[in-house]
Amino acid sequence: MAWFKKARKPIATPEKSSRVPEGLWVKCPECDTIIYTKDLVKNLHVCGKCAHHFRLSATERLKTLFDGERWEELAPNLTSNDPLKFTDTKPYKSRLANTQKATGQKDAVIVGVGRINGVEAVVASMEYSFIGGSMGVVVGEKIVRGIELALARRAPVVIVSCSGGARMMEGALSLMQMAKISAALARLDRAKLPYISLLTDPTTGGVTASFAMLGDLNIAEPKALIGFAGPRVIEQTIRQKLPDGFQRSEFLLERGMLDLVVDRRELKAILEKTIRFMSSSPVTQPEG
Amino acid sequence: MPDLLEFEEPIAVLLKEIEALSTLAISDDRDREIARLEKRVDAIRGELYRNLTPWQRVQVARHPGRPTTLDYVERLCTDFVELHGDRRFADDHAIVTGTAFYKGQPVLVVGHQKGSDTKQKIYRNFGYARPDGYRKALRTMEMAQKFGRPIICFVDTPAAYPGIESEERGVAEAIALNLREMAMLEVPVIVVVHGEGGSGGALGIAVGDRILMHEFAIYSVIPPEGCAAILWRDSAKKVEAAEALKITAPDLLALEIIDEIVIEPVGGAHTNPAQAAALLDVALQRAMNEVAALGVQERLDQRYAKFRKMGSVGIVEA
Repeated sequence: MAWFKKARKPIATPEKSSRVPEGLWVKCPECDTIIYTKDLVKNLHVCGKCAHHFRLSATERLKTLFDGERWEELAPNLTSNDPLKFTDTKPYKSRLANTQKATGQKDAVIVGVGRINGVEAVVASMEYSFIGGSMGVVVGEKIVRGIELALARRAPVVIVSCSGGARMMEGALSLMQMAKISAALARLDRAKLPYISLLTDPTTGGVTASFAMLGDLNIAEPKALIGFAGPRVIEQTIRQKLPDGFQRSEFLLERGMLDLVVDRRELKAILEKTIRFMSSSPVTQPEG
Repeated sequence: MPDLLEFEEPIAVLLKEIEALSTLAISDDRDREIARLEKRVDAIRGELYRNLTPWQRVQVARHPGRPTTLDYVERLCTDFVELHGDRRFADDHAIVTGTAFYKGQPVLVVGHQKGSDTKQKIYRNFGYARPDGYRKALRTMEMAQKFGRPIICFVDTPAAYPGIESEERGVAEAIALNLREMAMLEVPVIVVVHGEGGSGGALGIAVGDRILMHEFAIYSVIPPEGCAAILWRDSAKKVEAAEALKITAPDLLALEIIDEIVIEPVGGAHTNPAQAAALLDVALQRAMNEVAALGVQERLDQRYAKFRKMGSVGIVEA
């Protein structure tokens, strides 16, 4: 018997992520400044020098939005049962299990109920490190439950998108989540309840082509990649390089697709003001 | 004669033989032999089409001779008047809309149009719709709602057009808005997926009370080639991807994504477009009658419930 066991850690997703790595110091990928991690956290994971927005995990995001960093999580235990029995180079089941272990999440969204500057709100926050934040049946169900809860309590909804789109391993079922969530948002819309969509880096595919673009306000973080087709697919189609800044927040703002681009450090204040605008008192609301 | 697909090779030999025979002088022997061969062709074709693999279905769904939206409209409706433009930017040729009469009743027709010859295909952008197409669809559907007219949506697109102008003009927003607003249309909406149901580009006009799907049509979150390129890192694995993605009509019926399979002529809709239309007619009329019989609120509630439960089969509470 060996004296030492090789303890193997699960391999982290190999992508050029801008998530803050564990450690005391972080280097900003934009301006190469070395930042003390505690300072970065205090600054909502925004580089103090160049304002580069590091990607937030779903939990970190909720902490920046809810008063007292407190919320009640909705349906935390829902999980996918691999309805297609999908296997590519490895089974989706084991992909799911590994990701669940690595992230501590059951799927790619956390839906929480809490207060934003005193106002009760439902916030759905997507987790990019969970299979690219992809939208499968669990994401669809959780978000719809959040919307239905908001309808029942007459609360505003905020959805923070951070996703590559639909989850291929759940096939057309994941495609249908676009329709399912949009149908729930239609009800929210007709009930005249506020819905604010926050688009963060990246928001693409079926997520953009459904709930992310349906906000009463569509707000983006700076320089986020936002689009329907991925840049590579477009380049293959048109057989030329895309211009710099194409499909970035500022580009979409210029094309009229966004209401505003907001620095993360201003975000909560903007949410508070706009939600206050939308949740006007019943007295001033016309009947009907 | 419609183009044969590679898996139809066994038929090709026989068809060549028939062709050769028919150049001979007319005789009873010759005719008997031709009849025998034709019977054989039908038998083999039937056998092939009873056992199509998912990838073979993809090929049938994309067959250049497959009836288009306008083919079905021409066969099933009268007095079609095509309507153009989104009144914002352009008229997209990959989506057609228009007023028509089905069984004498006024309906709005909306559908992707792929085009059958090269010139038409280019004009129709191969069925790849731009944002203007989705906006035209919504504009005309709201017009139909205003006058209380049912809507029939024909779905046949590889995808929404992935190009610069699509992104610039907000194809994602256009599709998203259709999803939300179609959920609330007060009139009956019947969807027919008759060719390729290509992802969000298909879904953008495919929210309705009944989803009918042709026997050899496909409906997928991503083309098999794209899925193979991403997950297998090898687009040659499209056959495996087509299998894994569960894109066939029987698969989608089992997953409760569609309501009904529309049977096609043996050998696919392209071998007999008239019969294909007649078969669709039966299913379409039944669906229309059922949905039209409901009150507005009931219909909206049922439509919501239908999409609300999509995906429930894939969820467990851990």
